[in-house]
Amino acid sequence: MGYNWNWGVFLQPTASGGDTYLGWMIHGFKTTIALSLSAWLIALALGAVVGVLRTVPNKVLSGIATAYVEVFRNIPLLVQLFLWYFVMPELLPEKLGSAFKQSNPFVQQFLSSMVCLALFTSARVAEQVRSGINSLPPGQKNAGLAMGFTLSQTYRHVLLPMAVRLIVPPLTSEFLNIFKNSAVCSTIGLLELAAQGRQLVDYTAQPYESFIAVTLAYLLINVVVMFGMRWLEARVRVPGYIGGK
Amino acid sequence: MITMNNVSKHYGSFQVLTECSTQVQKGEVIVVCGPSGSGKSTLIKVVNGLEPFQSGEIIVNGLSVGDPKTNLSKLRSMVGMVFQNFELFPHMSIIDNLCIAQTKVLHRTQEVARDKGLKLLERVGLSAQAAKFPGQLSGGQQQRVAIARALAMDPICMLFDEPTSALDPEMVNEVLDVMTELAREGMTMMCVTHEMGFAKRVASRVIFMDQGRIVEDDSKEAFFANPRSERAQQFLAKILHH
Repeated sequence: MGYNWNWGVFLQPTASGGDTYLGWMIHGFKTTIALSLSAWLIALALGAVVGVLRTVPNKVLSGIATAYVEVFRNIPLLVQLFLWYFVMPELLPEKLGSAFKQSNPFVQQFLSSMVCLALFTSARVAEQVRSGINSLPPGQKNAGLAMGFTLSQTYRHVLLPMAVRLIVPPLTSEFLNIFKNSAVCSTIGLLELAAQGRQLVDYTAQPYESFIAVTLAYLLINVVVMFGMRWLEARVRVPGYIGGK
Repeated sequence: MITMNNVSKHYGSFQVLTECSTQVQKGEVIVVCGPSGSGKSTLIKVVNGLEPFQSGEIIVNGLSVGDPKTNLSKLRSMVGMVFQNFELFPHMSIIDNLCIAQTKVLHRTQEVARDKGLKLLERVGLSAQAAKFPGQLSGGQQQRVAIARALAMDPICMLFDEPTSALDPEMVNEVLDVMTELAREGMTMMCVTHEMGFAKRVASRVIFMDQGRIVEDDSKEAFFANPRSERAQQFLAKILHH
C-alpha cells in the first residue's frame, strides 16, 4: 500500500493559518460535546414530561403526548435537521426569522442542531420513561393514591423514583446515541468532530490519520459515558430490589 | 361510618358490582368473603374511590365518594388501606415509607412523623428494621410495615384487600395477630380475606359475595352456623374442610 503515514500532520499549522490541525480537531470535539450535552439535557427534561403524560388517565393529554412521540420518532433524523435548519426560520415570525438568519452562521447551525437532536431524542426518552412507569406493579399507583397523595404527588414520590432507576440502562444507549447522531449535523455545515475530520482530509490528504483520530475521539466519549452511567446505576440501586444487595 | 346504597359498577358489558348496599358502623369489623371474581376486592376499592362506580352512592364519614366535588385525596388520607402485595415504596427505607405521606399529605414535621413512625414500628414489632429497605424484609414483615404505614395517617377506618393471600403460610399469623389486635382496640375495619379463623375471632359481621352481588350480610354467628344461601353453604363447606 503506497500510503504515506504522517502522524505529524496534526501539529502542522493549517493552510488557512492561525491554528494547527490538532486545534481544529479539538474545536470539533468541543462542539460535539457541547451540542450533545445541551441537547441531552433538553431531551431528558422534555422526554420525562412527555413520557409521564403518555401514562396519565386524561385521554387528551396522553393523545397529545403519543402524537409528539410518533412524529419525532418516525421522521428520519436527517429530514428533521433540514426542516429545523432550512424550513423553520421561514416559518418563524418575520422579526425573529430575520434575526436568526442574520446571526453568526455557527450560532444558526448550532441552535438548529441542538433543537433537532433534543426533540428527536426526547421522543425516544419519553418511550423509555413510559415503559419504566408501566413496568411498575399497578398496585404502586393505588398505594400512593390510597395514602392521600394527589396524582402528581404519586408520580413525584412513588412512580418516577422507581421508574427512573429501572430505565438507567436503556437511557445509557440513548445517551450514547445522541453523540453518534450529532455527526449528522455536519450536513448543515456545523463543524463538529466528524466535519472537522473531513475538512482535515480535504486540506491534508491524510484520511487514515484523520478518521482514526475521529474514531478514537468518539470512542473516548462513549467509554466515559458508559462508565459514568454504570456508576450512576450502582449509586441509585435500591437495596433488596432488582440487582440490589 | 361507611354507607353504600345500590352501588353498581361495570367494565364495558361486564358487571362487577350489582346494587350492593351495606353499612359499616364505627368500631365494626366486617369480613368480606366469597369466591374469586365475585367482586370483593372491587367492593373495598370503591369505598376510597380507587375504583370508580357508575351508579349508587357511597358515603364515608359524611363525604360522598362519587361526588366530583369531593376531595378524594383528602378522603383517602383518612381511610387506611392495606394491599395484597404490600405495595411498600421500594426505593425508601422502612421509616421513610411511614413518614412520607405524614409529611407530604398531613404536613407534619419530619420529627413528629418520625416519632409516630417509630412508635408504630415498635407496635408491629419491627423497630429494628427501621433503616432497612422493603426488599430486605420478609413478606410478613412487609405487610406489618404496610399496616403501620396506613395507621401513621390516623385513619378513621381501615380497608384490607386480601392482606395475607400473598404470604407464605408461616407468616400469615404474624399479620393476622396485628389485625386482631387492631380490631380489639376498636378500629373500624373492612377486610377481604379467606381467613375464616380470623373472621370467627374478630368479625362483627360477614359479607358474602357472589357474581358481584352481596348475597349474605349477617352477624358472624348467623353466617357460620346457618348460612341462608346455597352458594354460601357450598363456599363454607369447601373452605372450612381444612
